[in-house]
Amino acid sequence: MVLAVVLAVAACGGPAAGPAAGPSGERTLILATTTSTQDSGLLDELLPAFTEATGWAVKPVAVGSGQAIEMGRRGEADVLLVHSPAAEEEYVAEGTAGRRLLVMHNDFVLLGPEDDPAGVRGLPVDEAMRRIAETQAVFVSRGDESGTHSRELSLWEEAGVTPGAPWYQETGQGMGATLRVAAEKGGYTLADRGTYLTQSAGLAVLVEGDPGLLNVYHVIEVTERAGERVQPEGAAAFADWITGQDAQQRIGEFGWETYGQPLFVPDAGKPDPTAG
Amino acid sequence: MDVLVDGVAQALSLLFSGDQETWAITLLTLRVSLGATLIAALVGAPIGMAIALGSFPGRRLLLAAANTGMGLPPVVVGLVVTVLLWRSGPLGSLGLLYTPTAMVVAQAVIATPVVVALVAAAVQQVDREFLVQMQGLGATRLRALLALAAEARLPLLAAAMAAFGAVVSEVGAAQMVGGNIAGQTRVLTTAAVLATSRGEFGLAIAFGLVLLLLAFAVNVVVTLAGQR
Repeated sequence: MVLAVVLAVAACGGPAAGPAAGPSGERTLILATTTSTQDSGLLDELLPAFTEATGWAVKPVAVGSGQAIEMGRRGEADVLLVHSPAAEEEYVAEGTAGRRLLVMHNDFVLLGPEDDPAGVRGLPVDEAMRRIAETQAVFVSRGDESGTHSRELSLWEEAGVTPGAPWYQETGQGMGATLRVAAEKGGYTLADRGTYLTQSAGLAVLVEGDPGLLNVYHVIEVTERAGERVQPEGAAAFADWITGQDAQQRIGEFGWETYGQPLFVPDAGKPDPTAG
Repeated sequence: MDVLVDGVAQALSLLFSGDQETWAITLLTLRVSLGATLIAALVGAPIGMAIALGSFPGRRLLLAAANTGMGLPPVVVGLVVTVLLWRSGPLGSLGLLYTPTAMVVAQAVIATPVVVALVAAAVQQVDREFLVQMQGLGATRLRALLALAAEARLPLLAAAMAAFGAVVSEVGAAQMVGGNIAGQTRVLTTAAVLATSRGEFGLAIAFGLVLLLLAFAVNVVVTLAGQR
C-alpha cells in the first residue's frame, strides 16, 4: 500500500527534486550532523556560504551523533559533522569512511542548580561525578546516544560510578529539552557550552575547563564503499570547504555578536586532541 | 504565561509583517497536507464506499483495519516510508527522501484509513434502499452512486476535514521523511519543534497559532462550499 502510493505520487511527477538536483538545479548532498550545530544556529551561518562557494546545495539532517554515524555507515548521508570521537574512531576503523578531519571544538560544562546541593562547584569532573552519585542528587541524562550522552557515559566510567535509578534519569531528548527537565527537577546535567549559552534554563555552570570536558567536532567523508549512491565529490567538497580558511573564520566569529563569546573554536589543521 | 502572550504577538507580527519565511512554511504546509488529503480521498473514498455497500469476504475485517488505522502513529508511518525511500531501500533510486513529495506520501498513508473509516460510516448512514430506488427510477449504477454521494455530502466532507486535520497537525512523519530542511521541507509543526528545541518558545507558539489559523481557514472554505 505504501509502495503503491509512493509510486503513484512519483509517477505524477510531484514537486520532487531529483537525487542530485536541488531547487535551483544544483547538485545536492546530504549532511548528517548533530542537533547542537543546528540548535545553535551555526548551520544557518555556514551552509549558504558553502553552497555559494561550491555550487553544492545541502540537505542538513540534524540528529544525534550516534544516528548520524549510523547514517554514514549505511551510505544514507554523504558527509558527517559529528562530536563523538570514540564512536567515530570505531566507524572509521571499519574501513568504509573517507577522510576524518578536525574542524572545531568547544567544551562541555557540568550544570546544576545555583545552590549546588551535592557540593560539586569547582571540583575536577571525575570527583564531581562521584559526589553526585554519592549524594544521590538528581542527574538528568540525554540518554539518546548523542555525542553529549556518550561523553557523559565515559565520564561516569572514568569516575568509576555506575549510575542508576532513582537519582539518574534519562530524557531521550535533545539538549535544550534536557536542560529544561534538569532545571525543573533541580538536577545536574552535562551540556555543550553552545547550547548552554543559547538557553541556560536558569542552571549554573559548576564544573568547567577540565581536560575531560573537551568537545571536539570532526568532519567525516562517506564513500561509495558504504553505498553506491553516495556522492564522494560532494563529501570532499564539504570537508575541504569547512576546514578551509573562510569557513574556519566564520566558525570563530559565530556567536560573538549575540553572546559576547564564540560558541566554537576553529581547529582545522591543528594536532588532533583526541588522537592516540 | 508571558510566553503565550509573546507567542500571540509574534504570530501576528509574522503574518502581517509579511515575513517571507513564515509564509513559505505556511504555503508548503498547505500544499503537502492538502495534497495528502486529496490522495487519501481518491484512494480511500472508493474503498470506504465498497465497504459500506458491497458484500465481499473480509469486508468487516477491512473496516476494523481502517478503524484501527485511524490511530496509526505518524512516527511509525514516517519510519516505514523512510526505510523504503533510503538510498539503499527498494525505492532509493527515486531520490525522494527529504523532499515534499515524500512528506505527501507519508501523510497520505496516515490520512487514508481516516477517509476509509469515516466514508464507510457516512455511507452506511444512508438508507440501504436508496440505491435500489434510484436504480428502479432508471438511473445507471454510476449515477445512483453519485446521487448517494450527494446525499451523504456533509459526512463525506467531514471525513476529508478529519483527514486534513490529522495530517496538518502531525509532526513525526513530516520530521522523519522531510528532515525539517529550511526552505525545502520545513512545515509549521516541524518549525515549532525546532523553535522549541532552540528555546524560542514564543516563536514556537506563534507557529502553532499560524497552524490553527490555517486549519481554520481551510475548514471555513470547505464548510461554506458544503453547506451551499
